[in-house]
Parts: sequence; C-alpha cells; structure tokens
Amino acid sequence: MKISYSKQDRYVYTGLRFFSLVVVCLLIAIIFQLFKASKLAFDEFGLSFVLSDFWNPVEDEFGALAFIYGTVITSLLSLLLAGPVSIFVAIFINEFLPKKLASILGVFVELIAAIPSIVFGLWGLYYLAPFVKNYISPFLKKYLGFIPLFQGTSFGIGILTASLILAIMIIPTITSVCREVFRSIPNLRKEAALGLGATKYEMVKLAIINPSFSGIMGALVLGLGRALGETMAVAMVIGNNPVISTSLFSSGATMASVMANEYAEADSELHLSALCYIGLLLFVVTFIVNLFARTIVWNNSRKSRS
Amino acid sequence: MSEIALEVKNLNAYFNDFRAVKDINLTYYKNSVNAIIGPSGCGKSTYIRCLNRIHEEVEGASVSGEVILGGKNIYADNADPVEIRRHIGMVFQKPNPFPSMSIYDNVTIGPKLWGEKNKSKLDEIAESCLKKAALWDEVKDKLHQDGTSLSGGQQQRLCIARTLAINPPIILMDEPTSALDPIATVKIEDLMNEIKKEYTVIVVTHNMQQARRIADYTSFFVLGDLIEHGLTSDIFTNPKEKKTEDYISGNFG
Repeated sequence: MKISYSKQDRYVYTGLRFFSLVVVCLLIAIIFQLFKASKLAFDEFGLSFVLSDFWNPVEDEFGALAFIYGTVITSLLSLLLAGPVSIFVAIFINEFLPKKLASILGVFVELIAAIPSIVFGLWGLYYLAPFVKNYISPFLKKYLGFIPLFQGTSFGIGILTASLILAIMIIPTITSVCREVFRSIPNLRKEAALGLGATKYEMVKLAIINPSFSGIMGALVLGLGRALGETMAVAMVIGNNPVISTSLFSSGATMASVMANEYAEADSELHLSALCYIGLLLFVVTFIVNLFARTIVWNNSRKSRS
Repeated sequence: MSEIALEVKNLNAYFNDFRAVKDINLTYYKNSVNAIIGPSGCGKSTYIRCLNRIHEEVEGASVSGEVILGGKNIYADNADPVEIRRHIGMVFQKPNPFPSMSIYDNVTIGPKLWGEKNKSKLDEIAESCLKKAALWDEVKDKLHQDGTSLSGGQQQRLCIARTLAINPPIILMDEPTSALDPIATVKIEDLMNEIKKEYTVIVVTHNMQQARRIADYTSFFVLGDLIEHGLTSDIFTNPKEKKTEDYISGNFG
C-alpha cells in the first residue's frame, strides 16, 4: 500500500505521541498507586512517621526514622568514598591516557555498572564483610578509635560494608558523567593554560576542574541518587536492624532494604502500607535529588558549549 | 642587523607518520614582527606550535630539529617544556580567557602560577599589561567581572595581556584576528606594532594584507615547505620565487 508522505508523517507522529504519553502516564500511575497504598499508614501515623524510629511489626507500630538515617548515612558515606576516586579516574582517563587505552579503561569502568546488584551483594557478604571485620575495622579502630564513628564491635556486615559496596556501585555513574563534563571543555582552554607555562597538574586544576565545578556537583548528586535507591546489595550486607547508632560498624537498615526484606512477610495491612509509605518517601527524595542533578548538569553543559 | 631572538634549525613536525612541516631553517630578530603566510593546510599553525613545544601535546605529534632560544635548544633532552612556555608566550586563534575567572584573575594567572603572591605586585602587573594590551581604559572599572563577559575583540586583547603578564621575550600568535571583526582586528594590529618595542612577535595569518600591514619580515609556506623568507617589502613587491608571486597576486592558494 502506498501512503502519501503527509499521511505517513501523521501516523508516525501519532505513534510517537502515544508512546511518549505512555511513559508519562506510567510515572503518574506509579505515583498514584504509591499514594494509594501508603494511605492507611499515612492516616494512622501522619508525618510523625518520619520522626519516629520505633519499628515494631508485631505491635503494628511503625516509624521510618531509622531507615531514613540508614539511607542517608550509607549514601553520603559512599559518596564521600566514591566521589574523589571517580573524579580522579575521570581526569586520568580523559587527560593522561592515550585515546585507545582511554576508551578501553572507560569501558571497564562502565562495566562495573553492568554487574548485577545481587552479585555485588554476594561478593559483599562472602568477601568484603569478612575483610571489613578482619582488616578495615581493626585498622580504623586503632588509628581513629577516639571518634565515636569508629567505636564498637564490627561483625563485618553493617553500615560501613554497605557504604563500601555502594561506593563501588556508584563509581561508574560519577566517572562517566564527569568524563562527559570534562570532554565538553574546548582544547583551546587547556592549551591556554599550557601556553602560560602551567604544568599538567596546574592545567588540570585551572582549565578542567575549576570551570567544571557545577558539572562535578551534578555528577556527584546523580551518584547520590543511585546510592539512595540501591536495594539488593545493601539489603544483603547491612544487617537489617532498624537502629540508629553512631558507630559505622553497627548494623542498620535503609529504606530500600527494609522494603525488600519485609514486604514478602508482612501480614498486617498496616505493615504493608507502612512499607509503601517508606517507598513513597524514598521516591520523593530520589526524584528531587535526580531533578536537582539533571538541572546542574544541563546548565553546565549549556554554559560550556556557548 | 639587530640581535637574534630565536633560531630555527632543520625543524620537522609530524602527526604520526605525516610530515606536516619540513626542514625549516629561520632566524628571528629581536623587536620585530614576523608574519607567516600561506594557503590553508600549509603547516603554518603546526609550525608556530612547535616554537613553544605545544605541538607535542597533541596525541601522535612529534618534532625533530632544533629551536635555539638564548643559546639553548628548547628541544634539548634536559629542556623543560613548562619552563620554555614561560619564555615563549602564545595567543590563540580564538579568544580563550578562562571562564569563571575575573578579568583581573585572567591577567595575573601566569605570575600566580609561578608563585607571585604579593598583591600590590600583581595589581601592578595587571594594570601595566592591560595598558599595554590597550584594554585598561575599557575594563579598569570592572576588573572583577568575568573575563568571558567581554566582547570577542576585548577577550582577545585580554588574552594578549595575559600573555604579556608572563613577560616572555617572544610572543607567538596563531591567527589572532581570524575570529574578530575588522575594528577589533585593527586594534590588535596596532597592538602588535606597539608591543614589538619590547617583544619579538611571530604571527600566523591567513590574510596577506595583514602581513603587509604589520610585519617586518614575512615567511611564505606551502605544504610544509618554507618557500621564501625575507623583508615583507621584498616579499610583496619583489618576490624571488614564482610560487610566492603567484600566491600574493592571487593566482593560487
């Protein structure tokens, strides 16, 4: 059948519009469902849900603070560990490696993101957790033991191990966004620095890091967004114990890990609803964080292109 | 004849196996403006980028031969390219001030990189270099605004001021006016004439009239070869080579 071009265009346009709309509708539907599912818990506890750290499914008493704390502390700690590493890796790949090696190493870094979360979890449980217990914790305790963060007994699984796993998992995200940001810097600017007698280090600082500040921030926040929502690996190594402890060696739980762990076994309506409420909170937080990050990255790349 | 500023001996430049600049021998004298002209792709930009060792920053690029500055070969094994670039400054094709840095910081960044911290000394450098670059009157009241807020011509003069601030005896300019309008171009040309009192200027230009207006000496390149070098007046009125004559009369290029 022969279709005239204008008709064909109309079909394509209608089709494209339909699929784009489906994406938007899905997002709205998910948000709506989350609201609906968490309504029971919301009616019961209101906003005090966020402020209470008491979580007792047996007594149908729920508060999310311990999970919020666990999510925030593991995410921030992983960002602290992964941020500098990723920035240095991005600079090294972009500026110090010949092109061929750079693309090979770039692929390697991005492959880390392709490792399934569950594999990270198993690796964390069987290798990293004992390593943390036997080597990292004693070391930290010996030299930094005067800080409350590094006091207490380490069982291997806990906040620190979860943060380490998360750090490894977000390195590819931060690295590739940073590489993108650095790549948008015109060569001319690097040459300007070199032409003034800057050393390579000074060139990197002057022409690459300084003007990329907002882009780097965007990359970090994107990494943070990834860390906030990561579930499986964290659930396997954090210990799933809803307590707020100052020690990084202590076990804990995150918003995502408690959902993964308890959803299947939740038998009361309120328990299920409380878990959905946590999901809603997590969604709102990651949504805002991602929106924030995208805005920074967009603004940055628009500025460096002009 | 005045003192020698820079001597180029048997200089070859390569991109991987491609020989872009072939066996160049040239001598530059102090306080002169030297133009390099030639059709596009003749290796003039590559050549000038060899003179402060920035050519080698491109992947796969290499250089052979000697460039003698103050009795020393800048390509000697023990020569430090970072040190050399502090003696041979460079202004690029497009204005490239550092973004998110003020006008003042852009001018004083060179001295700062070498460890100059004295505020009044830096102020002095900023003022004198911006004056030499004929930009002072236009920016003296907004030294702490972003360098990129200036117009293209002003930005290029800012870049010249930035180069003057490292006080290099030799200044290389790679088509410094190609991205500028005619009025800004005239200002930069006047500037070259002015700064040659203190510096030696080597400038690549695709504009023959510009070479004629500003240069004491002119070199003519074709496909990596130096065809002819001499006093600008000789090159343009009485060229020795047929190719030069064809080029300047517009028959080829």
